[in-house]
Parts: sequence; structure tokens; C-alpha cells
Amino acid sequence: MNNPRQHQSLILRVTGYFLLPLLILFSLFMLLRGHNEPGGGFIGGLVAAAAIVLYMIFSDVKAARRLVAVDPRDLLGWGLAIAILSGLPGLFLGQPFMTSQWMELDVPMFGMLKVGTPLLFDIGVYLVVIGTVLTILLTLAEAED
Amino acid sequence: MNTLLAIAVGVLYTTAIYMILRRSIVKLVIGLMLLSNAANLLIFTSAGLTRHGPPLIVEGSTEAAAVVADPLAQALILTAIVIGLGVLAFAVVLIHRAYEVVKADDMDQMKDTDT
Amino acid sequence: MLYALLGGFGVAALAAWLHRLTGRHSGWILALWPATLLLYFLSFLPDINSGTVLFFYDWIPSLQIRLSFRIDGLSLLFALLISGIGLFIVAYAGRYLEGHRDLGRFYVILLAFMSSMLGVVLADNLIALFVFWELTSITSYLLIGFNHEDASARRSALQGLFVTVGGGLALMTGLILLGQVGGSYELTELLDNGDAIRQHALYTPILLLIVLGAFTKSAQFPFHFWLPNAMAAPTPVSAYLHSATMVKAGVYLLARLHPALGGTELWSALLGTAGAVTLFIGIWLAVRSTGIKKMLAYSTVMALGTLTLLIGIGSEQALAAAMAFLLAHSLYKGALFMIAGIIDHETGSKDLRDTGGLFRAMPVTAVVAGVAALSLAGVLPMFGFVAKELLFESVLDDPRTWLLAMVVAGAVMTVAVAALIGILPWYGQPVATKKIPHEAPPALLAGPVVLATLGLLGGLFAPWVDQHLLAAATSAVAGTPVNPDLALWHGINPALGLSLFSLIAGLLLYRWHDGFRTATAFTDTLAKRGPERGYDWLMAALVRIAETQTRFFQSGYLRYYLMITLLTSMSLVWLVIGMKGDGLRLHLDLRDVQFHEAVLIFTLMAGAITAARTTSRLGAVAALGAVGFTVALLYVMFSAPDLGITQVLVETLTVILLVLVLFRLPGFLKLSSTALRVRDAIVAASVGVTMTALVLFALDARLYDSISHWHIAESLPSGYGRNMVNVILVDFRALDTLGEIFVLALAAIGVLAMIRLRAEDKRHE
Repeated sequence: MNNPRQHQSLILRVTGYFLLPLLILFSLFMLLRGHNEPGGGFIGGLVAAAAIVLYMIFSDVKAARRLVAVDPRDLLGWGLAIAILSGLPGLFLGQPFMTSQWMELDVPMFGMLKVGTPLLFDIGVYLVVIGTVLTILLTLAEAED
Repeated sequence: MNTLLAIAVGVLYTTAIYMILRRSIVKLVIGLMLLSNAANLLIFTSAGLTRHGPPLIVEGSTEAAAVVADPLAQALILTAIVIGLGVLAFAVVLIHRAYEVVKADDMDQMKDTDT
Repeated sequence: MLYALLGGFGVAALAAWLHRLTGRHSGWILALWPATLLLYFLSFLPDINSGTVLFFYDWIPSLQIRLSFRIDGLSLLFALLISGIGLFIVAYAGRYLEGHRDLGRFYVILLAFMSSMLGVVLADNLIALFVFWELTSITSYLLIGFNHEDASARRSALQGLFVTVGGGLALMTGLILLGQVGGSYELTELLDNGDAIRQHALYTPILLLIVLGAFTKSAQFPFHFWLPNAMAAPTPVSAYLHSATMVKAGVYLLARLHPALGGTELWSALLGTAGAVTLFIGIWLAVRSTGIKKMLAYSTVMALGTLTLLIGIGSEQALAAAMAFLLAHSLYKGALFMIAGIIDHETGSKDLRDTGGLFRAMPVTAVVAGVAALSLAGVLPMFGFVAKELLFESVLDDPRTWLLAMVVAGAVMTVAVAALIGILPWYGQPVATKKIPHEAPPALLAGPVVLATLGLLGGLFAPWVDQHLLAAATSAVAGTPVNPDLALWHGINPALGLSLFSLIAGLLLYRWHDGFRTATAFTDTLAKRGPERGYDWLMAALVRIAETQTRFFQSGYLRYYLMITLLTSMSLVWLVIGMKGDGLRLHLDLRDVQFHEAVLIFTLMAGAITAARTTSRLGAVAALGAVGFTVALLYVMFSAPDLGITQVLVETLTVILLVLVLFRLPGFLKLSSTALRVRDAIVAASVGVTMTALVLFALDARLYDSISHWHIAESLPSGYGRNMVNVILVDFRALDTLGEIFVLALAAIGVLAMIRLRAEDKRHE
């Protein structure tokens, strides 16, 4: 997508700017509600990655890289690390690796919330999916130049 | 409906294999994409089709509805779809690299290991 | 116990480093490990008559594979031999191979072998036993091929490996069958279950397979040829592996399984015949050789044959004879091999005809050699005599007189061999040798001296040895408590007569030894057509078959690989359906199809066909998009919202991916003729039809209850989630998901690497 900016449609670009934060927010929403409604780490990750890729198409690769701020490769590492980490608490309690642990939190305004290691795991999945898609597509787009 | 979908799976497999057997590497890529859809649908159909029974428990209820689609098959396919994307990307880039080295679209010119 | 075994591998791992650290004393230092083991095993000696000691460690519990070990008379006898002789061998090797650049590696393999061998004789679990068994084969291969720059050593190593591992394959099958039939993989349970096993329909195949494994390992005819060739190994290895320990593993296995498998006519016929033939051929070839190590190797073949024969006869006396013979043989043969190494080391000659009159240069060695040779010949009062007496008595009791003839002929020739080794190099006219001979240093002499002395003491105190070790060993082999009453003097009986006869005849044979060799030279041509030729032919045939097969299958064309794979798997599927598919029924029912669903399926099929037939890349991408989004709709319609969302997102990203890469590849080419396209279409259609049929069969055949019920029921109570798919992904099957995201990350890194590589290529241009 080596698109000189002057050829870019203004409408697309503005939409891109406005759409992006909404899509990222939506991806987080998908991630967090995943345990109870359709969604989850895979879907959330794909939404976020798609949003950034769309942004890349609307502007250019360098802008997209600046936007992500971290190297997508690091996201892979962090995602995997978080996913593995979420399996450890069970291990310390003498259960098999990856046994889920839950606790109830009393959050004002929300009431009782169940928080557990599976959520942490899903966040790891989310990061890995974003990292994978962005690593592949951003590198490919850059290679084109 | 199961029967019809099974036939569709067969058609997908046929087209996928046919494309994979071609000498043109671009066609090989297209075959791979068809194949991953075919395999996912194969699992999906084999697990049995359910209308109006998503594997969700309705808010407020404590038990699943009496008829619910097989969640295990769905979990399997969900990861397969995403991995399919990763593997496809890998294959496409690999083929592209091979094309750059061999400078040919013909699989038959890629049979030497020492290029 | 576990430390005693696995510690050996640890010491082996450190051996090379220790060797570099300690230099020329490394042999003695490393010998501390087998010495420790020897003391450890000796501590079991006082209680050995009170029964079996068992040790358990879980290994792969789900497959019934336990690391369980047993110490009874038989395994203790072997463990003592392995660690005791091992102690002297390690010290000996340090001196014998001093300055050799690969000595460190030698220690590593030798110690690893020692631990493996201990594993074989101590394991109580069949699978564990087999694993250790194969480890001894591998370490033996590495040790025979130690001088890896020598082509013949490499060849011999490979030969030994192929023969023993080939037999190991049969053994594995046999052991697994035995475990299935006997209902357990634990020896402890199997040995009590002998009657049931012997009456089982699979008894004959089990016996044949296990015997095949044991015969190859213990160099029984017709597999005896690998053992003399294995003498390419350095002498400490020959002394240790190929006479005292490893080659006895086959004998050990037969003895060990005797309570479970033995006592039948087949057992007796098989082992008796093979043992007697091996015995005779082995000693015949021994008398005819002139190389010292070759001669010892063939006489080892004789000893192994004798042991097999005795276990085959299976009477209490024969089993006692086997245990006594085994102990006697390990002692004198270990000593004699080490002496052969000393002669080689000090004079540089490997052939009997190049030596003579060495007594003056090395008197101690000469005396020790004489004592060991006396035990080999079975002369009073050596322990070898005790063993030989028992051997004669057991064979006299067996109805097969031809066995007796073989054994007596063997004994005569054994005496001749003993005389050749015990007399020829030491006395008479000194022969000029390559090196000036000197008395051997203590590290080389320690082993022969101790082993030969033990052979003498064993004879003098035969009842003591019997009560404290051999009675327990014999009982373990017999499966019932036995008291064999070993004694040096059995009184005047037929066995003593045979002993005397063999002694005199053997000495006569020694006297006219040269004449005998010339007179029997005709057997050499016979030997050349022996089983070794069969081995060579088999290996050549194997290579030829591999070449033909490779030319046929490895064409280098992707599509032919795929076609072969696909057609094979399709044929297998239909074969199974044809053979076992009686109850299968195709699920054919189109009544429940709704109109919009039919339209969707039609779009899907049309999209797939268009993608396959179009001539433009853009058309193909569009058609694929149609397929992908239709599939997504199908997911949503049939209660899989998560899949639908995922499919839509992936489809979008796929299009972007294709735009980025596919259009930088050339356009479609039509490369195949119409005939080829038709052929491919037929192959593809056969796969498609098979898949459709499989789905239709699967829909109506449910062999097992679905495991999904549990996931549906437990999603909320244990997973605290109302979306079952997500609960499965992140909780119930999270480990699988973890593997999957690793695959994703790998794919991404792979893409990254390939593109970065290209960038570097460009920079080089």
C-alpha cells in the first residue's frame, strides 16, 4: 500500500481516524464479554488487528507502526508470557498446570464480579492474535516498498 | 440440511484438491484456502447441525437450554480458523519467496533442492 | 536404587570432563563408581535367600510403564558381575588406552553401557527392560566402532547393531504380547502366571519372538557371526561387553522368563538345539583360529551356546549348572580377554603364532593366564571344574544322546583352546615381537589377577558360593526354591569320567594342533558360505529395494506426492468401510432444507467452482470471498455466533493479505494438458465423494457418547462462564489453546524471518 497521501480520499481518512478508537474500544468490549456472550480473545484480537490494518490502508505503514507504539513482535512475546503466567497459580496450589483459579471481587457500582485466571489467559490470546496479524501484514506491507 | 451441507463439503474438497494438484503456485494458494474452509465445515457438519441453539446460557438462567449446538466442535473450529489465517500467511510468503528465487510460476521447476 | 542406576548416566555425562581434569589417573578415579555400586549390591547378599526385593517408581503410569526394579538371586548375580568386572575394566581401560585422544568419549560410553546393563538385569517392568536392552545395543555399537577411522570396525559395529536391534524388534513385539497375555508388564506378576501363559494360544509366537531377540543378542547360531567381528572393539570392551556382560543379556532374559515360558517341549527343543549347535560351531571355530581375541570370542560363543542349552534342558540341576557356568565363564573369560589385551599392549602381536616364551618377561601375567586357562579347561580345583561337572551331569540326564556327544566334543576342544592360550604364548622358544615385552603395569594386571583368583577360590569354597548366591539365583530361574548342593568333589561318577576323557583328548588335540588345523581346512570354505553371507545378501537387497522404492515414490513433483498420499488414504478408508462397515448407513434426508439455506449452499458451491475455474486472479479472490462469507453465514445460521464473527474477520484479513502478496505473483498459467486436468479432476472428485460419504456415515453412527455433555453442563458451575465455546477455549482446554497461540506466533515469526532474509539478499546484490 504505497499510497501517496495526495491520492487518498479525505472521507476515507477521516472515517479511519474516527473509526479506529471506536473499533479498538469495541475489541476490548468483545474480549471482556467473551466469557458470557459471543466474543473472546480470538475475536477481540482480530477486531483490533483489523482496525489497525484498516488504518494502515487509509494512511500508511509508518503511521500504523507509530500508532501501535510497540513492535508487534513484542506483543507476541507478552501475549505468550501472560498466557503461560495464567497457568502458574494452579501449579503453586498443587493442581495441574493451567487449572483455573477464581475469586470474587466486590466492585462498587458493578456488584459482585468473578475474576479468574481464564480472563488473564484470554488477554494473552488477545495480544498474540494482534501480534501475529500485525507482524505478518505490517512486514508484508513494508516489504512492498 | 445435513445431507446438503455434506455434499457442499465434498464440492469444497474436490475444488481444493484439484487446485492443489495444479502446477501454478498461485492456484496452490487458492487450493489451500478452499481446503481450510472445507475442513472446518467437515467438522462442523459431522458434529451435527442445530438451529436456534447457540452454546450460550441465557442471562439469569443457570442451565443450558435442552437443545444446544456442540460447543466442543465450535471451539475446535474457532482456533482452526485463526490458525488457518496464520498458516495461509506463512504459505503465501513461502511461495512468494520461492517464486523470487526460482523466477518461475511452475511447480515443476521447483523440484531441485539446491537452488 | 534409582540413584544407583541413573547415577551411572550422570557419572557418564561427567566422565569426559573428569578425565580431562585428572589426566592419567582418570581410570582409577572413575572406577570408584562401579566400586561403590559393587559395595551397594554386596549389601544385598546376606539377605538374598529370604526373597525378592522390589523398588517402584512411576514413569508413565497411564501406559502401565513403571520404573520398577527387583533384586533376587539372578539379578544380583548379574549386578555383581557387571559392577565387579566393570570396576576392573574401567581401571584397565585408563591404562590400556592411555593417551588415546578419544579416551574421554570411551569412558562416557562405557559407563553409560554399565548403567544400561544394570537396568536390563534389575528391571522388573518389561518395557523398562526393553528400553535398557536397546540402550546396551546402542552403546555396544558405539564401542565396537570406537576406532571410527577404521572401515572394518565401522562395518562390524553396524553389523552388531543390525543383528541385535533387529532381534530387539522381535523382542519388543514378544514382550508386548507377553504383557497383554499375562495381564501385566511386571515380571513379578508374570512369573507367577506361567501356567496361564503357557496354555494361551499366543504362547508359540510369544516364545519365538522373545527367543529371537535373546538369540541375536547372545550370538546363538545362526546369528553368531557378529560376535567375533565385534572384536574390532578395544580389548576392554571385548572383555566387558562381548564376553562378561552384554552378550549374556539374551541368556539372562531366557533365564528370567523361564518360570513364565519355560518347561514346554517347544522351549526345550528350541533352546536345546540352538544351544548345542552354537556350542559346537563356536568351539570348532575357536580351535581353528590363531588370533588370540578371535579364539576367545569363538569360545565365548561356545559358552553362550552351553548356557542356552542348559536353560533349555531346564531341570533343576541344569539350571544350577547354568548359573555356575555363567559365573565361572565371566570370571575366567574376563581375565583371559584382559590378558589378551596385555599381550597386545606389551608385544604388539595379536596372533598366537607371533608369540612365545613370554614367561621370562612377564611371569605374573603368565601365571594368571595359566590359572584362568585351567578354569576354562575345567580342571580341579577351579570353579570351572564345578561348572563342568554339573554340565555333564545335566546332559547325561537328558534323553537326547546327541546333545551329550556335542557337549563332550565341545569339552575336548575347549581343553585344547585352554591349552593353546595357557601354554603357547608363555613357554618354549621366545619369538621376536614388535615391542620388547615387559611385565604389565598394576592397572592392567589387577583385573586378571582378582578374577582368576576368584575362579580358584570359587572352586575351593564351592558350597559357600552356592549357599550365598547361586542357590538363590537358581531358585529365581526355576521359579521354586532349589538347593543345588554345589561341591568341588562329587565322587567318582560318569561325569568325572567324561571330564577326565575330555582332558586327555583335549591335550592330545593340543599336541597335534597344527596337523588338526591343516586336516580340517576344508571347513573354511563351508564357513564362508555361512550365515554371514546371508547377512551381507540381506543388507545389499535392502539397499536395492530402498533405491527402487525411492526412485518410484520420490519423484520431486509435489502433485505426485499428494496424489499417492490421497489415493492411499482414500483406499484405506474404503477398505475399512468395506470390511467393517456393516452397520453404516448414509444419512440422506433433504426434507428439512429451507429455501434460504438452499440458496446459501448453492452460492457456496458456485463460489468454490468459480474459484477453481476462473482465469483471473481477481476473480478467484472474489470467489473465495464469496465462499468465506457464505461459510460465515452458515455458522451464524446453525448456532455458532462465535464462529461466524471469527470467520468474517479472518476473511477480511485474508483479502488484505492476498492483495499484498498474491498480486505480486504472476497471473494464472495454464500448464497442464486437458488429459492431465481430467485425471486430476477425477482424483479430486474421489476425495470429495469420500469426504461427503464420511460425513453422511458419521451423522448416523455414534459409537460413543459425546463428551460435549460434560462441557455443556459444567460451563457455568465450574467455568463461571455462559459462553461455552469461550469457557472451553480459555479454561477446560486452555492447554490446547496455549499450543495454538504458540503456532500463531511461530507463523508470524516465520513470515518475518523470510521477509528479512529477502531484505538481506537484496543488500548483498
